[in-house]
Amino acid sequence: MQTFNNASSGAIVLSMSERIVENRAYLSEIDGKIGDGDHGVNMAKGFGMAAERLKGKDVALAESLDTLGTVLMTEIGGSMGPLYGVMFTEFAETIQGVDKIDAAAYSKMLHAGLAGIQSIGSAKVGDKTLLDTLVPAVEVFDKATADGKSFGEALEALVVAAEAGRDSTIDLVAKIGRASRLGERSLGVLDAGATSCAIILKELSDGARARLA
Amino acid sequence: MQRFINNPDLVVEDTVKGFVKAHSDIVRLAENPRVIVAKDAPFAGKVGVVTGGGSGHEPAFIGYTGKNMLDAVAVGELFSSPTAKSFHDAIREANGGKGVVVLYGNYAGDNMNVKMATKLAAKDGIEIATVVANDDVCSAPPEEREKRRGVAGEIFMWKMGGAKAATGASLEEVRATAQKAIDNCRSIGVGLGPCTLPAVGHPNFQIEPGTMEVGIGHHGEPGVRVEKLKTAEEVAKDMVKIVLDDHNLPAGTEVAVLVSGLGATPLNELYILNDTIESEISARGLKIRKTWIGNYFTSLEMVGATLTVMALDDELKTLLDVETRCTIIL
Repeated sequence: MQTFNNASSGAIVLSMSERIVENRAYLSEIDGKIGDGDHGVNMAKGFGMAAERLKGKDVALAESLDTLGTVLMTEIGGSMGPLYGVMFTEFAETIQGVDKIDAAAYSKMLHAGLAGIQSIGSAKVGDKTLLDTLVPAVEVFDKATADGKSFGEALEALVVAAEAGRDSTIDLVAKIGRASRLGERSLGVLDAGATSCAIILKELSDGARARLA
Repeated sequence: MQRFINNPDLVVEDTVKGFVKAHSDIVRLAENPRVIVAKDAPFAGKVGVVTGGGSGHEPAFIGYTGKNMLDAVAVGELFSSPTAKSFHDAIREANGGKGVVVLYGNYAGDNMNVKMATKLAAKDGIEIATVVANDDVCSAPPEEREKRRGVAGEIFMWKMGGAKAATGASLEEVRATAQKAIDNCRSIGVGLGPCTLPAVGHPNFQIEPGTMEVGIGHHGEPGVRVEKLKTAEEVAKDMVKIVLDDHNLPAGTEVAVLVSGLGATPLNELYILNDTIESEISARGLKIRKTWIGNYFTSLEMVGATLTVMALDDELKTLLDVETRCTIIL
């Protein structure tokens, strides 16, 4: 059975932060089409601050995720601060103390993050939010493992589903958040939260896959 | 972009520093540098009145901190909700032992962060009540009023809530008065030019020359319709019509009027708009008790204006006359 080491995987959060910071302008640009254009700025600020605190420290994935979640929750605000803050702190709490993370633990982690988001937000799949990326990604991961796929294959499937979920938001009308006031005018544009969520899930899952043993 | 900034990522920090220096007779900075507190708050035996919101709307929200108004304000990034921690700290700073009312706008981030902050404050044993402003007529149809955004009507909500709290009223009484104030408010914004977040560096939407966006939001949320820019008289008539058609007030009702610039519209143009606004409101049989005109709730350097009309009953009339001591004359 494939697993990856919690203790030696803290750097996944650093590479996730790098991707978010790289995409600062892109995320703000797509946010600006139907929102106020600050998604990339705030995400880069939060992930960058977390990376600063983690740099040079050899900490486990659980601790890195907790640092990231705490920074987002206490320093960033907006909608994304609490939403991603809750997701990452739930991720961290679920895998805390798990030495070797297998597919079951990974699934449990994803579900805890999703439940955390749903406890503070009121969005559903199809509302043009980050849930349109996260929910199908979790479902596809669970289905792959239930179908007997390896952890590695399930992680690959997760990334594909996350990106397909992100792309599905182009054809959705925003039902929640600032873009929802636009109704039909929000069609034809990616949702910024769904886009950043796809980046996060890809980095997390690719990072895990590269460390499988 | 021609702007007076140092570092685009430190715009809020630098704003708060300058604000506190200018107004140290009225406000102080909390231990949390994202919380502004009325100088002598908390006041024992008075319900604390708190708000918070993204920056870039100055003088909102910080400028309304002061005596008989807001006791503490949580400060967010530009156009972005303050953290739950900052809302929580603002609640603690405002708590004089009689409970705290949080009066805020209806935005996804504020809703979530206030929700989390009230949970944290409940753990401290502080009794909390909340009122969510939803005065922006064009942001949702009347049957979905709970989805509407809070805009400049929030100022009236704060003033009425703050004045009520100063009378020594209970938490429930302050909440009820603030709720009535915002229920009695309707607002509309018209945008003529976009605004730019310094860290983004370019406008995040465009308004074509010769056009205007009717129903524009306080963060550049596009309006409900784009049309040819008309004369000030025609724009003002349209604004009054949208606000009062939604309001449906009986003739003889007394109202308070707030005309605010969105940041880059000269004050004289607001007076030009108001010339028609007042005539139109009076023509509908309403009586204007008091009008405020100026940059009361802005959106960085957006070009445009908002109109807010609050219907007054006897209680609101009395509270309207209560003097405030904040950085803005109200």
